[in-house]
Amino acid sequence: MNAVDKSLTQEQESRIIAASISEASVKFGTLTALRDISLEIDSGDFYTILGPSGCGKSTLLRLVSDLVPPASGSVKIFGKSTEAARLAREFAFVFQDSTLLPWRNALKNVELPLEIGRKRNIKLPTGDRTPHELLELVGLKGREDALPHELSGGMRQRVAIARALVCQPKLLLMDEPFGALDEMTRDHLNLQLLDIWKETGTTILFVTHSIPEAIFLGQKVLMLKANPGRVKDVINIDLPMPRKIALREDPSFNNYCSQLRKLLEDC
Amino acid sequence: MSTSETTIAKSSYRLSGHTVKRLYNFSIPLGTAIALLLIWQLGVRIFNVPIYIAPAPSDVADIFYREFPLLMRNFWPTFMESVAGFFIGNLTAVLIAIAFVHSRLVERAFFPIAVFINTIPILAIAPILVLIFGPGMTAKVVIAALICFFPTLVNMVRGLQSVSPQALELARILSASKSEVFWKIRLPSSLPFMFSALKIASTTCVIGAIVGEWIGANVGLGALIIESTFNFRAPLLYATVFISSGLSVLLFVSVTIAEKLIIRW
Ligand SMILES: Nc1ncnc2c1ncn2[C@@H]1O[C@H](COP(=O)(O)OP(=O)(O)OP(=O)(O)O)[C@@H](O)[C@H]1O
Ligand SMILES: [Mg+2]
Repeated sequence: MNAVDKSLTQEQESRIIAASISEASVKFGTLTALRDISLEIDSGDFYTILGPSGCGKSTLLRLVSDLVPPASGSVKIFGKSTEAARLAREFAFVFQDSTLLPWRNALKNVELPLEIGRKRNIKLPTGDRTPHELLELVGLKGREDALPHELSGGMRQRVAIARALVCQPKLLLMDEPFGALDEMTRDHLNLQLLDIWKETGTTILFVTHSIPEAIFLGQKVLMLKANPGRVKDVINIDLPMPRKIALREDPSFNNYCSQLRKLLEDC
Repeated sequence: MSTSETTIAKSSYRLSGHTVKRLYNFSIPLGTAIALLLIWQLGVRIFNVPIYIAPAPSDVADIFYREFPLLMRNFWPTFMESVAGFFIGNLTAVLIAIAFVHSRLVERAFFPIAVFINTIPILAIAPILVLIFGPGMTAKVVIAALICFFPTLVNMVRGLQSVSPQALELARILSASKSEVFWKIRLPSSLPFMFSALKIASTTCVIGAIVGEWIGANVGLGALIIESTFNFRAPLLYATVFISSGLSVLLFVSVTIAEKLIIRW
């Protein structure tokens, strides 16, 4: 065995699959929401998911997070069943609206995942960051005591992100988390999210309606098509990685935009 | 002239802010009430209405002062019955609502019965309860509890079911147990519903206690109302009615303050 072969096998061995979906379908009654989805997501990847409305983007995240069962096929998260991964808090979910509990202040909302299951001795992965530090990480230092209704939409979404990070998930599922925000806030949070991704090394699946957002954030864009939902394409985004807002003006960025827009129109 | 008006308006705005506005909001209804009392007083005096038909406010105030110990002696039993009924009725309603939300079967079995009991007018069921529980306080407490029960049950069931589907999905992703979902999500999110029910109950429980006292009692505001009516003691009757409404207001304000302290979202 020569040196090249050896390094190749080593690379294969060290490659960790965060989520592996094989031939999975999801049905709601007679409606097939997703059909024969096969996908392998490497640990540490940032995937953005695009597709026409109703094509099953949310359903795909719900499938991965054990909220809906597959009608056929299988889903594995870090080699475990979705249920085992859920019990081990391998993944976290950020919803479109922040889904904060309105009677808990920002800090208490972030602490919620640590409270649940503690009495039943579920072993929670404890992150190396305290809830305080997570709020600082998302730029909300000093607002720990604020109730959700005292925060802006963008701040609430940041609290939700901090809450998702509190158990140090290896996989972060985000369903249009910034969909309801204005452009400026969204840009700001996009940059913050990229920082968090780089710092934590987590894997992210990020659903969005916005083509520029998908390109700006993603290393790979997963394009779904509708009726029933299938994988249309996976597009590698070869843009340099600490991404800056100025990238938006870059011709290569705009090329990706028009490429994806065409693909989306064909869906 | 219009200039001077605007100047005044402007300066009062500058001075004012909150206090003036609140004083203003407060003074209008207060002024109206005082005006109505004055009209009443003058009307009774001018038309020489006999005191046993309609007493003047001054007569009521007079009896209020002179019979204050009597009024208080009758106030406390009604207060106790109302408060006891309030707690028992609402507690039962909340516990049954929890049972309903946890088990469809219990709901199917008991909800129609609850609706049926609610359709019986309280005036019709009160004599039955007095027969069962006798002339003591118990019957009045039960009537007060019964009158609180149904609105709280309905509101509480709605409140416990008002949890957003997304919050439940969050709970599922966190693998929360049924009791964790209840204590951390369902119960807190039902509190605003519970308090709106408690506000209703805080006034109806007084009605329940008084209705109970009408039927058979020798103490309590209800008994005093009956007694003063039959003895044509109109000023005393008015004073008793005034105290009864004061009791309702007292309970209502207490619930409102508790709500303000507990629900800050
Ligand atoms: N709980 C459900 N019961 C029945 N049908 C459902 C359910 N959830 C989703 N669907 C159907 O599955 C399909 C995919 O829905 P999904 O929410 O995944 O779309 P989406 O791509 O997220 O759309 P959008 O971009 O508008 O959010 C739709 O046709 C929808 O009607
Ligand atoms: Mg969706």
